[in-house]
Amino acid sequence: MGAAWVYAEMVGGHVHESAAELLTIARSLGAEVAAIALGPGATDAAAELGAHGAATVYASDDEVFSGFAGGPQTFAVAGLIEEHRPSIVLFPGTYEGRDVAGRLQARTGSTLMANAIDVVGTDRARTEIFGGMKVVDVQLAGPEPHLVLVRPRSVTPARTDGTAQVVAVPAEIPEAERGARLLERHEEVASGPKLEEAKVVVSGGRGLGGPEAFAMLDALAEAIGGAAVGASRAAVDAGWVPYSYQIGQTGKTVKPEVYIAAGISGALQHIVGMKGAKRIVAINKDADAPILKMADLGVVGDVFQVIPALTEEIRRRTSS
Amino acid sequence: MNVVVCTKYVPNPQGTPTLGPDNLLVRSDVEGALDPGDEYGLELALQLVERHGGEITAISMGPDEALAGVQRALAMGAHRGVLITDPALRGADALVTARVLAAAVQRQPAELVIAGVESTDGYTGTVPVTVAALLGYASVTAVRALELEGDALRVERQTEGGYDVFACPTPALVTVTAGATEPRYPSLKGIMQAKQKPLERLTAADLGLTAEDLRSTQTVVEVVDAAAKGGGEIVQGDAAVARIVELLAEAKVI
Ligand SMILES: Cc1cc2nc3c(=O)[nH]c(=O)nc-3n(C[C@H](O)[C@H](O)[C@H](O)COP(=O)(O)OP(=O)(O)OC[C@H]3O[C@@H](n4cnc5c(N)ncnc54)[C@H](O)[C@@H]3O)c2cc1C
Ligand SMILES: Nc1ncnc2c1ncn2[C@@H]1O[C@H](COP(=O)(O)O)[C@@H](O)[C@H]1O
Repeated sequence: MGAAWVYAEMVGGHVHESAAELLTIARSLGAEVAAIALGPGATDAAAELGAHGAATVYASDDEVFSGFAGGPQTFAVAGLIEEHRPSIVLFPGTYEGRDVAGRLQARTGSTLMANAIDVVGTDRARTEIFGGMKVVDVQLAGPEPHLVLVRPRSVTPARTDGTAQVVAVPAEIPEAERGARLLERHEEVASGPKLEEAKVVVSGGRGLGGPEAFAMLDALAEAIGGAAVGASRAAVDAGWVPYSYQIGQTGKTVKPEVYIAAGISGALQHIVGMKGAKRIVAINKDADAPILKMADLGVVGDVFQVIPALTEEIRRRTSS
Repeated sequence: MNVVVCTKYVPNPQGTPTLGPDNLLVRSDVEGALDPGDEYGLELALQLVERHGGEITAISMGPDEALAGVQRALAMGAHRGVLITDPALRGADALVTARVLAAAVQRQPAELVIAGVESTDGYTGTVPVTVAALLGYASVTAVRALELEGDALRVERQTEGGYDVFACPTPALVTVTAGATEPRYPSLKGIMQAKQKPLERLTAADLGLTAEDLRSTQTVVEVVDAAAKGGGEIVQGDAAVARIVELLAEAKVI
């Protein structure tokens, strides 16, 4: 059996949190484990990657890897695969992971499985469908390496406290392989705790009726303290809140102590992003809304009454 | 600028999806629709050719029923349609689908290919970039706005915390996010005109693809029901606030 590799995505000079998760899965396969880290900060990230089980880190700090839309990464990974012939390469199910794995598949002609939640062997991966109602095992065939995109936050990362040997990756990328060039970056400054780290997530959907109502959720989050505000895609698509709020299949996966869904119906694509919460509270005026069937506590009621009353009650409690 | 738009026909997004005995998604005898996620890209393509001229070809791989999806794209304003239908393509995986779409794109000159970020029923989100790489095109995914500047495109890509701007050489492929724009409704005139527009029906062999090209590399070997989560407590009226507070206190978050 060849090695199990992990594509460790670099974001803003740091390694993405998915890398530790992917390494944890890769180690469970019983193969030799290596990681690929491309872009500024990659060499420094090797310590972290080694501590999660990578014996080797193929790294380059070159800016060519952060200045284009996936072309240079694809070229470099294809070169490494040709040279070392791993059995499987795990990618994070992020935009970059999908771009690199998708383009790579055209070169290697190998299978690419998306939306995996676990990998059980170098030729068998697990996914879930219908909002997590069914768990499906898929047999992977065709030329190696098999390529698998794993949904972020599917497993809990475990450390090994090992150290990795760093192997430099050449950064000479032919012009024709580079593709679209990054011109500008625009980042919104986020305030408050990160959605993925907050103990409580208060989420709003189409039932909030407009952007103003999100102020109501902000007030509740503040009263609770350490809570973050999220949203359904309907609220994001309507432009009420930015995409960074989105929870679900195409957005973030959160696993807080408590998830409060306000005016959200509970579509399958939303549920996959929040069903890992320890406790789920849903407030919906429609007694038949699917979200009420999966909530630990379902409130049939109007968000415009329940949320302000709840905020008031929490404030009263915490100030007394 | 000539544009090819990938348009997938999917089981009604509002319906309840089911698996058949072969563990494939049941697609026949299920009410379907043009994937709503593809309408955003089609709308951006329509706006682009309205500004710069050119023609739009809507291509789709799917069963006979998928004709309705191509027809909707034509009614919205695409100039011609191509539907690839072949029994050998049932259960096609992402790579096979990408090979078919790439071969279909190559039949007409186009500077730009547009697809959705992910399909409603398959949601691999990788088919488009694989198409791009097979064709040797540059690609940018999750695009929310695009403009032609000389021979290149200036595109805005949605990111976690905002957006990035890319200069993308043509020919290119971009995937367009939901919510990027408001797709138009087909007008009555559009629906009438759609019937006269050229619509080609092709098989995999027409595209020069061999049995080897069509071999899928993924097989579902096991399906199990996830542990069903029992319904919890339902409350209404005045009791609600007190119960939520209790739950928050139990969870030790207040
Ligand atoms: C490929 C794909 C990916 C997707 N990815 C995501 C994703 O990542 N995240 C996501 O969330 N969705 C995603 N979706 C969309 C998803 O299918 C749903 O359309 C979306 O989640 C619905 O959002 P919603 O619940 O806010 O709106 P709706 O479904 O319209 O529900 C609104 C709810 O609010 C209730 N309501 C209305 N007024 C009030 C009131 N005053 N008080 C209390 N309740 C009220 C209504 O009863 C209703 O249940 C995706 C879809 C596709 C096809
Ligand atoms: N069978 C198909 N016919 C036409 N377009 C498709 C097909 N499959 C995928 N696509 C395009 O690729 C996008 C992403 O699909 P997917 O990779 O399945 O998530 C879709 O939104 C479509 O634009």
